Amino acid sequence: MDKRLSSLTEAVADIQDGATVMIGGFGGSGAPIELIHALIDRFLETGSPKGLTVINNNAGNGHVGIAAMIEQGMVKKMICSFPRSADPTVFTERYLAGEIELELVPQGTLAERIRAGGAGIPGFFTPTSVGTDLAEGKPVQKFDGRDYVMERWLKADHALIKAEQGDALGNLTYRMAARNFSPLMATAAEKVVVQVTKAVEPGEIDPEVIVTPGIFVDAIVEVANPAQEEELNRAGAHHP
Amino acid sequence: MTQKLSNAQIAWRAAQDIEDGAYVNLGIGFPEMVARFQPEGREAIFHTENGVLGFGRAPEPGQEDWDLINAGKKAITLKPGTAFFHHADSFAMVRGGHLDVAILGAYQVAESGDLANWSTGPKGVPAVGGAMDLVHGAKRVAVITDHVTKKGQPKLVEACTFPLTGVGCVTRVYTSLAVVDVVDGRFVLREKLPAISMEELQSVTGATLHVEGEVGDLICPEELADA
Repeated sequence: MDKRLSSLTEAVADIQDGATVMIGGFGGSGAPIELIHALIDRFLETGSPKGLTVINNNAGNGHVGIAAMIEQGMVKKMICSFPRSADPTVFTERYLAGEIELELVPQGTLAERIRAGGAGIPGFFTPTSVGTDLAEGKPVQKFDGRDYVMERWLKADHALIKAEQGDALGNLTYRMAARNFSPLMATAAEKVVVQVTKAVEPGEIDPEVIVTPGIFVDAIVEVANPAQEEELNRAGAHHP
Repeated sequence: MTQKLSNAQIAWRAAQDIEDGAYVNLGIGFPEMVARFQPEGREAIFHTENGVLGFGRAPEPGQEDWDLINAGKKAITLKPGTAFFHHADSFAMVRGGHLDVAILGAYQVAESGDLANWSTGPKGVPAVGGAMDLVHGAKRVAVITDHVTKKGQPKLVEACTFPLTGVGCVTRVYTSLAVVDVVDGRFVLREKLPAISMEELQSVTGATLHVEGEVGDLICPEELADA
């Protein structure tokens, strides 16, 4: 078994129109910029994929990464907790014009919905959002005298994530706070593609430090020296 | 109007109530300032929702590593004992009741302890982040805020008019004029600036301030007055 791919183009080739795509990262930390840009390049060449539902904590910053996907018109809906950033113009303009849908989810609920999706748990109860606008229409049940809202699992067709090291079997480590949602998303998508900063042979990663075991991963592609969204934005970058 | 406390003074006052060894989450923006004022001899361990526990101060400009940030997406640093974890573990810390204190900002706090701090209504783009999780997870939920809005409207009210973040969740409010507890659906005044009269304080508060026992003097370091 060898899950290593040789190109980013190959890594994003089978994402279809209308797909739901989880994208790792919290702001710029952990954002798989090269995978996202490869997907945008495919769209610019072929017109696909479009009509995507994207799941991420945020809704893009500046004119790179998820913001660039939105700017190109590939995204139909964002599922996120915090669609604000240093430069949220791209999302904000389309949202206020009614051109993109938003499902706003409390951050911990978003994480738990993804975790539940990956663990085969269709719903769970939480006190988060009880009595607020974000609980509207959701079942509420009392446990030991306290109200809890029922939330549903969240799953996706694809996950695009960034990791630090990955071996041929798909075992992954992450770098500092770039870990964030990625280990959860790796469990909750049908097809999980990972850009790793360093691809290694099985056995080169100490089993004690593997965060995502290879069973959750379908393919890895090495991107040495990956771009960092925050630095791209500070330099005023646009993609394309 | 009496001279009010600066933001740094409000943050300093809130920091005085954080116990040694407490696990603390500070909301993004103004609450982050509380970390600067840990009393001598006490160490709080700060949690940030994106997956870091026990982090250090901001790095020098130019020394940022953008994989090492806090929930406000500002660069932070490592220090001995820092731990990383994914979002499900991070919110297990929040939602599982493992945090001792969360200190958040507010648009409004009601005498019931209801908090509004995520949305000012249907205009614009709504964003919630981890606020709704924090208010039901931390053992103690404190708010730091100006006593009134920029237009002079009370922020301590009988009932919130802005969309709620959580119901009955706030236990203490540190304002630019006073320290107020929420006790059984009432605001109880604990401390106030010595120079402000009860009448004046009540006039800028949107719900009744109750007095139970002594009201302490709210005195903060003068050198923070301009900070």
